Amino acid sequence: MSDHNYQPQSKFGKWFNDRLPLLTLANHLTDYPTPKNLNYWWTFGGILTFCLITQIVTGLVLAMHYIAHADMAFDSVEHIMRDVNYGWLIRYIHANGASMFFLAVYIHIFRSLFYGSYKSPREIIWIIGIIIYLLMMAAAFMGYVLPWGQMSFWGATVITNLFSAIPLVGEGIVTWLWGGYSVDNPTLTRFFTLHYLIPFLILGLVVLHIWALHVPGNNNPVGIDIKKPSKDTVPFHPYIVIKDGFALLMFMIVFAFFVFYTPNILGHADNYIEADPLVTPAHIVPEWYLLPFYAILRSVPDKLLGVVAMLSAILILAALPWLDTSKIRSAVFRPLYKQFYWILVADVLILGYVGAMPAEGLYLLIARIATAYYFLHFLVILPVLGFKERTLPIPLSITEPILGGSPNLAAAKIEKGLDKLK
Amino acid sequence: MKKFLKLFSFLFVLLFFSFQTLAAEKVEYLKTDWSFKGLFGKFDRSSLQRGYQVYTEVCSSCHSMKYLSYRNLAEKGGPEFSEAQAKAIAASFEVKDGPNEDGDMFTRPGKLSDKFVMPYENVKAAQAANGGAYPPDMSVLVKARGGGVDYIYSLLQGYEDPPIGMELDDGVYYNKFMYGNKIKMANQLSDGLVNYSDGTEATVEQMSKDVTTFLMWAAEPHLEARHQMGFKAIVYLIILTILVYFSMKKIWSRIKTEV
Repeated sequence: MSDHNYQPQSKFGKWFNDRLPLLTLANHLTDYPTPKNLNYWWTFGGILTFCLITQIVTGLVLAMHYIAHADMAFDSVEHIMRDVNYGWLIRYIHANGASMFFLAVYIHIFRSLFYGSYKSPREIIWIIGIIIYLLMMAAAFMGYVLPWGQMSFWGATVITNLFSAIPLVGEGIVTWLWGGYSVDNPTLTRFFTLHYLIPFLILGLVVLHIWALHVPGNNNPVGIDIKKPSKDTVPFHPYIVIKDGFALLMFMIVFAFFVFYTPNILGHADNYIEADPLVTPAHIVPEWYLLPFYAILRSVPDKLLGVVAMLSAILILAALPWLDTSKIRSAVFRPLYKQFYWILVADVLILGYVGAMPAEGLYLLIARIATAYYFLHFLVILPVLGFKERTLPIPLSITEPILGGSPNLAAAKIEKGLDKLK
Repeated sequence: MKKFLKLFSFLFVLLFFSFQTLAAEKVEYLKTDWSFKGLFGKFDRSSLQRGYQVYTEVCSSCHSMKYLSYRNLAEKGGPEFSEAQAKAIAASFEVKDGPNEDGDMFTRPGKLSDKFVMPYENVKAAQAANGGAYPPDMSVLVKARGGGVDYIYSLLQGYEDPPIGMELDDGVYYNKFMYGNKIKMANQLSDGLVNYSDGTEATVEQMSKDVTTFLMWAAEPHLEARHQMGFKAIVYLIILTILVYFSMKKIWSRIKTEV
């Protein structure tokens, strides 16, 4: 929050702003000093906002035509695809939009992991982000149930059944969630209600996420605190706006390719078969973005412990600011952490892959090793690394490594630093 | 820009990886040229019309198509029968309607607005007539099978004698492309089974291709509109992206740093 001394020019503007300082807010948002060295990994925040708004707008239109009833849901989706004007377009944007949303959020999360954006003083931003991510998964899961295809029905059955692992009250909770003794119409209607509600909760949390961001300001690839505003910063508008806009357009090209040319590739063919409680599909698989957690769930032989492992895998992220003991934020100056970071990326991709495969033989073994490593990374490697790792010297300001052909200079300095370590 | 390319290639690898995962279960299906694939893919009108003929004369005695209406046959991007032809097709079916003023159900000739007439009253009746197996509704069948059009196309031509030592129950047939190789539908197509009015020779291969094309359209009636709009949308986005890129360069040139 750089300056609050903004005064509107016009008399009406001043009158209004004294009563509700919207113009001060707008001024803050446009002038917001942003580190000038942000790379394209930082554009995904804006892209995610676009994804959320796209999902809400297309979702509103779909909700006008969709019928949340076990006997009519599948038919109403086909009605949207065939007879609603551009219904096919709206639905394909919404369905692929979910995948695009997750693609962007994973990049956003892994950017944060690489550059240590979760560290003090940005813990609250990070934790709000984790809550948003959890809500996204809930919304996506319930949304996938709405077309009432085979994968919808059986996915809902498998996931809700996880609650039965809770000792003593598990069965009761599952019945309560279902609104009956199996996944049926009451389950569908409540999932629809919640699917409609959650995006607005996310929207509210996004406001808090950005608010919390605007207190300390953006982290940056160098990971140092910068004076704001200074030579190291640029005003958000027009510099960051145009850069985010450019990245968003590139993202939209990929998005459009999926929507117009391979709209069903990220879904499962079985979901075009109407739900049938008497026929179980050969493989029940969640959507791709939930696969790593599905792999963790299945890698534990005990049901309750499997559920605990899966939930911990997500919740452990909330403790990350305290598990990572290193004072240095950016992996650029942490040679060891950088390597472990890429191992973690590979580990999560492997988990995603085995999550799509049957849980048997070699796949199960790989899933178990990858799960163990996932927890090892957060619970052992990160805390120890903070004490043991020899970090590289960090520059004093962003301007130093950037201006006047100084990238080389910075590299030279880093090398000098390395020499000292030897 | 270099940084951006790096990011973009990373995304590409990631997408490729997920494609691989999804396409993990691959069977070698019979190949043919589908006119509706690719950026500008369109349906072959005459193939759609022939496919409709195969569907009505062969498949429709068991398989319903509950999401299609006779009006669809005359719509743009489909078989594009003339409206008169579509009306005549609709009128050739008896549709149950009612109740009338006396409270009775009655039958009348079909209209454009009617849904395709179902071969059976309900699922149970369909099962009873087919040895317990329900002939699936064909409206979205192509999208409901992993292999899509290639799978349907191959399945129709995949009937063979069972390998030696394999026992098949009554009413179960061997098909090399079916999951588990056992199928409850007997081989339906044989050379010359239908009489194509446009003079095309009705080989099994030709009929399989035509009816599969028809099923693809039935499952994705707006495919042509989608491809056309997609091309325009992507070209528009690319031009806009280039313009925004140069604007960005201009704006950022005010300060000494690379974007």
